[in-house]
Amino acid sequence: MSNVLEARGLGKKYGRRWALSDCTLEIPTGRVVGLVGPNGAGKSTFLNLAVGMLTPSAGEIAVLGARPTGGEARRDKVGFVGQDTPTYAGLSVGDHLRLGAHLNPGWDDSLATGRIAGLGLDPGQRAGRLSGGQRAQLALTLGIAKRPELLLLDEPVASLDPLARREFLQDLMEAVAEQELSVVLSSHLVSDVERACDYLVVLVDSRVQVAGDIEHLLSTHHRLTGPRREPETMPGDQHVLTASHTDRQSTYLVRTDQPIHDPAWEVSALTLEDLVLAYMRGATDATARPALEALR
Amino acid sequence: MIWLTWRQFRVSALVLMGALAAGVVVLAVTGPQLADLWLSAGERFFAELSDDRGKTAVFYTGTWIVYALPAVVGAFWGAPMVARELEAGTSRLVWTQSVTRTRWLATKLGVTGAGAAAAGLVGLALTWWCGPIDDAVAKGYSDPGLLSVPRLWPQLFSARGLVPLGMTVLALVIGVTVGLLVRRSIAAMAVTLVAVVAVQLMLPLLVQSHLMAPEKLTTTITQERLTEFTGRPGIAPDQMVVERMEVSVDSPGAWITSNLTYDSSGKVVETFPSWVAECASPPGQQDAGTEACFDRLEAEGYRQHVEYHPASRFWTMQLIETGLLLGVAAGLAGFCFWRIRRDLT
Repeated sequence: MSNVLEARGLGKKYGRRWALSDCTLEIPTGRVVGLVGPNGAGKSTFLNLAVGMLTPSAGEIAVLGARPTGGEARRDKVGFVGQDTPTYAGLSVGDHLRLGAHLNPGWDDSLATGRIAGLGLDPGQRAGRLSGGQRAQLALTLGIAKRPELLLLDEPVASLDPLARREFLQDLMEAVAEQELSVVLSSHLVSDVERACDYLVVLVDSRVQVAGDIEHLLSTHHRLTGPRREPETMPGDQHVLTASHTDRQSTYLVRTDQPIHDPAWEVSALTLEDLVLAYMRGATDATARPALEALR
Repeated sequence: MIWLTWRQFRVSALVLMGALAAGVVVLAVTGPQLADLWLSAGERFFAELSDDRGKTAVFYTGTWIVYALPAVVGAFWGAPMVARELEAGTSRLVWTQSVTRTRWLATKLGVTGAGAAAAGLVGLALTWWCGPIDDAVAKGYSDPGLLSVPRLWPQLFSARGLVPLGMTVLALVIGVTVGLLVRRSIAAMAVTLVAVVAVQLMLPLLVQSHLMAPEKLTTTITQERLTEFTGRPGIAPDQMVVERMEVSVDSPGAWITSNLTYDSSGKVVETFPSWVAECASPPGQQDAGTEACFDRLEAEGYRQHVEYHPASRFWTMQLIETGLLLGVAAGLAGFCFWRIRRDLT
């Protein structure tokens, strides 16, 4: 199976408001995917649909080849760490591990206890007394120790301080490397994704603006600076994401698979943040869409 | 899943069960004393019982506790079951494990429901304790207070036998349902409290009399049978207009649901003729005129129609009402299973 997650025309309506509409997306197996987008883009709704907490209002979604809300759903193979990493305040760390063991047939107890020991957490401590970072780690442990094929994380680090954020993501990457699982991590911060992920999906207003391997994306996107030039005169194999002009100078962000030989341009690489922002900005401009569709 | 259910439930379960167990110990200690009193006092039983502060306190407190139990179970065991998970966001943790929401709810309802049923058994304990009182009532003894209220009467019916079990289980499911709909613990607890009390008021007022068709008795009104007069002062001084007469049925502990006088044309009497006042002479002042009055009532075709439930129906009616409550609980539980599979975030 090449795709761990597939959505076709997926939509979710709350009352009369669509939180996600007509979302079509494929996520390949074995990647650590960063799902990035502004608040309200539908990231959280998408992940809740993927894990079966919500049922689609339109379209369909398949996770590990099965409908997440159906009887054939592969609940034991999908791990989930919810927004704000919820834990039971009244239960101890050890109780949470017991919960995981009782509720999951594939529970890996040595993995779970090893992680808790490695994090220096006292199994007797109540989860309500843990720091935000420790609580997130506990939630992640529950998600990992059920030995999923796919781990979904909904803004897991949103409420953490920068240090805890870094530790959490580092920890996540180590677990991923050891277990060979696919991961989808949503965030509205590009820096989180840059640190942890190797695949990027930018979601704006339910639409996938760009999806692809991060290294490949960075190697095919360039900033061109040079004498002023109108967009119509750009070569056909260069898709213009954004353009800005002064009287004498033009700056273009372009995507192209071809090397750029034109000596008039000063070519510089984009950071991931530049790239994401360019696509987010482009999303507000409807004309940018056809070009992006072509990329997928 | 049973482990998790018990882990989350054990504190509130042990608190309530501990309190109930203490109550049952009190019943177990004082019950035999009450039986001894019944054996020794005989017809003076109620007189002596009403002087016994300890046992009357057990009677009233016990009845009160059995009535309060369903609301407590509904509000503290039922309402937070789903509402607290949604409120704290832990639903996102527990419902994304390998266990389905349906199984989660089934286990939760099963374990907590078994606890509620066990708690509801205090109704049987209280019934056992009150055995001597019920025997005395069956003998026709009575007391001016509440002690000798027959157990079939609506005041006590739902505090005895199996109905508390049915009511407690229903209250639990009402709590879970309200929690699912309201989604906030405190609000759900308040709504549950109101809903459970409303059901408890509805049972005696609207439900109990329809559980079985009443026995019907048509009889002449005699001096011996007459139990109650209702009247108002007439126009002339010393004159009384009789509006209602009630008679007894020869069945101690029965619950009379209708007690009406019909005239010879078959209509319900609303006001009796003035000569009927003669029948209403207070005891001790009855004379030949009183007797003549009752004879005239019979001669002119006045008949009393009484509808009642004899005391022997107690357990049959208990089973029917308990079954009804459990049936409604099952229906509500079905709704919960349907609802929990839908979106809840």
